[in-house]
Amino acid sequence: MTLTELANPSRFLALAGRILPWLVAATALVLLIGLYQSATAPDDYQQGATVKIMFIHVPNAWLSMFVWGVMSVAALGTLVWRHPLADVAQKAAAPIGAAFTFLALVTGSLWGRPMWGTYWQWDARLTSVLILFLMYLGLMALWRAVDDPSRAARAAAVLTLVGAINIPIIKFSVDWWNTLHQPASVFRMGGSTLDRAFLIPLLVMAVGFTLLFLTLHIAAMRNEILRRRVRTLQMLQASTSAV
Amino acid sequence: MTALAALIGRDIRVALRVGGGALIGVLFFLTVVVLMPFAVGPDLALLKQLGPAILWLGALLASLLTLDRLFMADHDDGSLDVILMSRTPLEFVCAAKALAHWLAAGLPLVIATPVLGLLLNLDGAATGAVALTLLAGTPALTFTGMIGAALAVTLRRGGLLLAVLVLPLSIPVLIFGVAASQAAISGPLPFGTPFSILCALSLASFVIGPFAAAMSLRQGLD
Amino acid sequence: MSLGPYATFIVTSYALVTAVVAALIVWVIVDYRRQKARLHDLEASGVVRRSGRSAVDAS
Repeated sequence: MTLTELANPSRFLALAGRILPWLVAATALVLLIGLYQSATAPDDYQQGATVKIMFIHVPNAWLSMFVWGVMSVAALGTLVWRHPLADVAQKAAAPIGAAFTFLALVTGSLWGRPMWGTYWQWDARLTSVLILFLMYLGLMALWRAVDDPSRAARAAAVLTLVGAINIPIIKFSVDWWNTLHQPASVFRMGGSTLDRAFLIPLLVMAVGFTLLFLTLHIAAMRNEILRRRVRTLQMLQASTSAV
Repeated sequence: MTALAALIGRDIRVALRVGGGALIGVLFFLTVVVLMPFAVGPDLALLKQLGPAILWLGALLASLLTLDRLFMADHDDGSLDVILMSRTPLEFVCAAKALAHWLAAGLPLVIATPVLGLLLNLDGAATGAVALTLLAGTPALTFTGMIGAALAVTLRRGGLLLAVLVLPLSIPVLIFGVAASQAAISGPLPFGTPFSILCALSLASFVIGPFAAAMSLRQGLD
Repeated sequence: MSLGPYATFIVTSYALVTAVVAALIVWVIVDYRRQKARLHDLEASGVVRRSGRSAVDAS
């Protein structure tokens, strides 16, 4: 089914209804396997059992970036091709991405407490994710500030693309800033080379969380399409009854 | 070209008038710099150390404050719609307006820096370094901030949203501006490295800012 | 499975992730039901889409 055929919301709704059960099953299966592997993973010689937090922190951090990427592609769909589903895809992804970013921050903080002794450290990665979180919140505020869904989508699309350009710039700047103000104890989260015993559960969890995002995103897109229909019908009702 | 020159001239003249808001930015800059010692204490050594950071933060906030005037006044009296309908490409119009805004609101901040540096016990070289980095960096703040201003122009209570949208985008400029100042004053780092990155950010914003702002204006106003 | 001296941090992390993910799932399901209910009500009160088709598709 090509993207142009998928542009029909009704067809998308039908397709969503059919594949969601499979996606749910796949997500649950992969996440369960990942959880089991995380639980049975050995202890790190340096971090002990707290390395298990890495198995949920890293996938969330990866997803926080991935979702902005998905929104950027959707933003291009809105601005360049005016694809009808692009607006919906953009809007549905934002809160989910924000939630994953929040989880990355919180799990990072909880991982940092045993490792650094503080709940927060202005380390390059955590700081970049914090800025990303602010950008998600700003984007969600913009969605809510404009009434008309199409206009909101186009404004959000511009902000998403500007944000996408900025994310590498911010990452580079914060990295640079952090090396300038290098704290006394340097702790590389996860280490540069990961042993297979840790790499496999991590990858499985990453796949599981990505599937989770896909499932939630398609379900949220379906809700958004229905929400727009409600709005259209409400406006029709208001206009015909105001005789 | 004369259309753009006329636009720049008009914008500067309007901004420099009493209600125009350009010099209010400098006043706000002064206020922020004066507030800092009350917060961190009057220890001159500490203030000297924090000096570049305080000046940069003050300039950032002052420039943020005057940003919503970029399009709001024109939007309110309808001239924005007229501008959109003219033959001049909207990207150039946005660039011209940003240039005018920087000349009227950003440049005064740079000029005020030496005076404010005195308040923070910065010596001549340090103040000069900060002023130079502000000269290179405030255009980036204006041109990037213009994107937020364009997005927020059609919203009624857009002011705070504008700030929230623009601030994450300004962080790289802040990082390299302060780093360049510190490098010139004390740092082991050569001044050139962060300063050239700062200039690069400004140059990039000259391109990205007008394009994104023009896109936002078109989407928001049809 | 011994979680070492920082067990509370590990458990809290996993619990938080589970809670937020569960909240997302609940939100998606509740929102779905709410929109469907509203569509049913609107169509029951006689409003018709331009295309004439039902807004609530067979999904």
